[in-house]
Amino acid sequence: MRYLHIEQARLIDPSQNIDTVTDLYVAEGRIKAIGRKPESGVVEESIDGRGQWLIPGLIDLGGHLAEPGFAQKGAIASETYAACSSGFTHVCALPDTKPVVDNSAIVQQILEKAQQARFAHVLPLGALTPDLAGEQISSMAALQEAGCVALSNARRPFKNSYVLRRVLEYAATYDILVFLAPDDVSLSASGSMHEGPVATRMGIPGIPRTAETIALAQMLLLIEQTGVRAHISQISCARSLVMLRQAREAGMSITADTPLANLIYTDESVTGYNSLYKVFPPLRTEVDRQALLAAVNAGELAISSNHRPHDVAGKKTTFIDAEPGMSMFDGFLPLAMQLVDKGELTEEAFISAVSTVPAEVLGMEHGLKEGSLFNAALIDPAQERCFRRSHLLSQGRNSPVAGMTLKGAASAVFVDGRRVI
Amino acid sequence: MSLPNVEQVLNELAQNLNRYLQEQDIEQPLLIGIRTGGVWVAERLQQILKIEESGSLDISFYRDDFTRKGLHPQVQGSDLPDTVEDRHIVLVDDVIMSGRTIRAGMNELFDYGRPASITLVCLLDIGRRELPIQPDLCGAKLSLSEDELIKLSGPQPLTITLA
Amino acid sequence: MIINPCNVQLTADGRLKHFLTTEGLSKALLTEILDTADSFISTQEREIKKVPLLRGKTVVNLFFENSTRTRSTFELAAKRLSADILNLDIARSATSKGETLMDTLWNLEAMYSDVFVVRHADSGAAHFIAEQVTPNVAIINAGDGRHAHPTQAMLDMLTIRRHKGSIEGKVVAVVGDILHSRVARSQIHALNTLGAAEVRVIGPRTLLPRDIGGLGCKVFYKLEDGLKDCDVVIMLRLQKERMQDALLPSGSEFYKRYGLTVDKLKLAKPDAIVMHPGPINRGVEIESTVADGAQSVILNQVSYGIAVRMAVMAMAMSGQQQERNERAQAQGEL
Repeated sequence: MRYLHIEQARLIDPSQNIDTVTDLYVAEGRIKAIGRKPESGVVEESIDGRGQWLIPGLIDLGGHLAEPGFAQKGAIASETYAACSSGFTHVCALPDTKPVVDNSAIVQQILEKAQQARFAHVLPLGALTPDLAGEQISSMAALQEAGCVALSNARRPFKNSYVLRRVLEYAATYDILVFLAPDDVSLSASGSMHEGPVATRMGIPGIPRTAETIALAQMLLLIEQTGVRAHISQISCARSLVMLRQAREAGMSITADTPLANLIYTDESVTGYNSLYKVFPPLRTEVDRQALLAAVNAGELAISSNHRPHDVAGKKTTFIDAEPGMSMFDGFLPLAMQLVDKGELTEEAFISAVSTVPAEVLGMEHGLKEGSLFNAALIDPAQERCFRRSHLLSQGRNSPVAGMTLKGAASAVFVDGRRVI
Repeated sequence: MSLPNVEQVLNELAQNLNRYLQEQDIEQPLLIGIRTGGVWVAERLQQILKIEESGSLDISFYRDDFTRKGLHPQVQGSDLPDTVEDRHIVLVDDVIMSGRTIRAGMNELFDYGRPASITLVCLLDIGRRELPIQPDLCGAKLSLSEDELIKLSGPQPLTITLA
Repeated sequence: MIINPCNVQLTADGRLKHFLTTEGLSKALLTEILDTADSFISTQEREIKKVPLLRGKTVVNLFFENSTRTRSTFELAAKRLSADILNLDIARSATSKGETLMDTLWNLEAMYSDVFVVRHADSGAAHFIAEQVTPNVAIINAGDGRHAHPTQAMLDMLTIRRHKGSIEGKVVAVVGDILHSRVARSQIHALNTLGAAEVRVIGPRTLLPRDIGGLGCKVFYKLEDGLKDCDVVIMLRLQKERMQDALLPSGSEFYKRYGLTVDKLKLAKPDAIVMHPGPINRGVEIESTVADGAQSVILNQVSYGIAVRMAVMAMAMSGQQQERNERAQAQGEL
């Protein structure tokens, strides 16, 4: 047996309540020993983990990989590589590609591309309705069989409550997990940013909080009625958290995530009409940001990337005309580490929110245990990285860290025991 | 070099102007001062000679150095009677040097109408002409060294200083 | 932390090089614009209305949104500065064929123009263009979305100054569709900077953004309350589309509640002036008798508009010129 030995790293695994400096041995893609030397075999490679964190690989509950259909913005290979650089070992791929992921052939295509690229695992999210049009039920069983871990509406509207009810009922038949991003399009369609004082000053039509909370109310009630397994994607408002808490108190088993950008930035970032900060769900106020941070710290909320790469043309225009989205994979780790550094997130809450909770949502085996597949990231909180525009790994030209030097880098990332970073 | 006494020079200039106007048979002159120094001088001349009509000219929009210097920040605008058509104008400036200010002033006057005549009156002539323009009447001639400039302060009292 | 987005308008020493918004400009600078405009008014009243100031310069009217009025006043203003003018109605040309905004700009830059007058449906468009365009081109915002219409606001300020002596200490009411109004926002900033005692916005809740008070004004939902003792009443135009967008029931109900009639006007000060950016909707915002009455200065606003536009074009060109000279000097010295 030939081992990879990671020496004296701080092993942090919230799923087992472990936070200790120890040794770890990997062979044949699996963890063979933790905190003790394996009985037989030889150490082939040794990594000095001193001063670094060894955590379960990050799992993204929603990122856009731009393939198929958006070749000028990105590809599965480049985007999964970028994701790995921030410690992701698994990425749920949003289905709003071209064509939409509403049939098994496309799911297969995506899985093949991901395997060829050999970076992070891609967990395809299928579309709940054909073409994400919100009108009919997609071939859910087929999508599940083809490899979709869940089905999503990708923030697109449903024609009405009747259709949403039937879609959820059908999904519940096969015990399919649904990811629902709440957005009432009649309230949000004309807006480009959070409706508030900043939008008023800048004359930009706004998206009120009720665009999210009204849709969320509809979703929660229908989830309750149909009994479907559901996860709420991309929450941006404090009020939504209150509604989710109430639903849990009433006995509903419901999970949710928020994009990292909404934990860092607010609507003030839009000042100057910087289209980089045009994202959906929109960046809301400091009050919302603080509430989201508190929820993550309380273990109630996972963090997703909401990664969405764009080419220059997509963003180099007026704010209102610009395409929404931020390229988050390259800078995800250092940006999140800044929150930890500033004390806005605890170390444990952060790691839990990006690996433990997403694993629970997906019902995945994930964690640093003897016998498990080795999906992990070795993170050096002190290592600085310079994110030169020409050297970003994602093809997206809309990264918030372009040109910056930030602390907190993954010095090594392992997918199924294979080192990819 | 000693600077002349402004009051003295002004009074002499006023008398000379009076005689000139009589010689030229100009009964209703229109006294126009170029901002800002020329306006002060024109006002004093108006007081002394009791000329009825006057106006002021702001040449900011007619200067030839917009490309080099941009627009002067304190544009005040010109203030002229309705028309200068067929009028005998006495154009007054405090100091004549290159002649460009007068050129701009005349161009502007002609955009207001066609005067019958223009008589150029300057308080001081410090030479260094760049254009073929000379005053009809001049208070005093000075010759300054290359880096010296003259400055008129006013309106009360009117004083000349070397800068 | 709000980064002042207005810095892009100014040169290093605080002179105007683009005119994008009244927000963030100093009282001194706004006053300079008014003073310069005043001096242009006198040139408009004589036989030869041209001054040679911008002779040889090219002004391009870049209108992504139609507006014959505003465009013609800018055209006239440019001509009276002796500039050459080119009118581009982009609404009907390249971008409707799919050309991006950037490509349109690059093509225009190849024509070596000095001033772009820009009107666009997207808020922030003028800022975007000012940031992207090659140096030495002055951008004048002729209206971007619902964000700003700074030349209109300045001509309104000039009107108030000319008819009421100054803006200092005055109570000014802006009535109507504030939500969609770029003029109103620009007016509020200018009025506050120039020392108005109180700026009031009056309209139904559907037409007043919730956070508008944060821009520095007092909100009234009843015309009678808001008009009391005003020195200036500015009526905004109500567009017919508002009735279709579930914002208002009808023009007649609006008129009943918010229309400026002879009786309502009596609530303001007896020497109050009535203004309107135009075009007016008689019987919707304003009673004909008031629009044509002694207190109305609506027609004067139009002539002041040309002078104000001449002033900002001259000042912005001047600022650009200075920057170019400084740059050339710096390069020469290297």
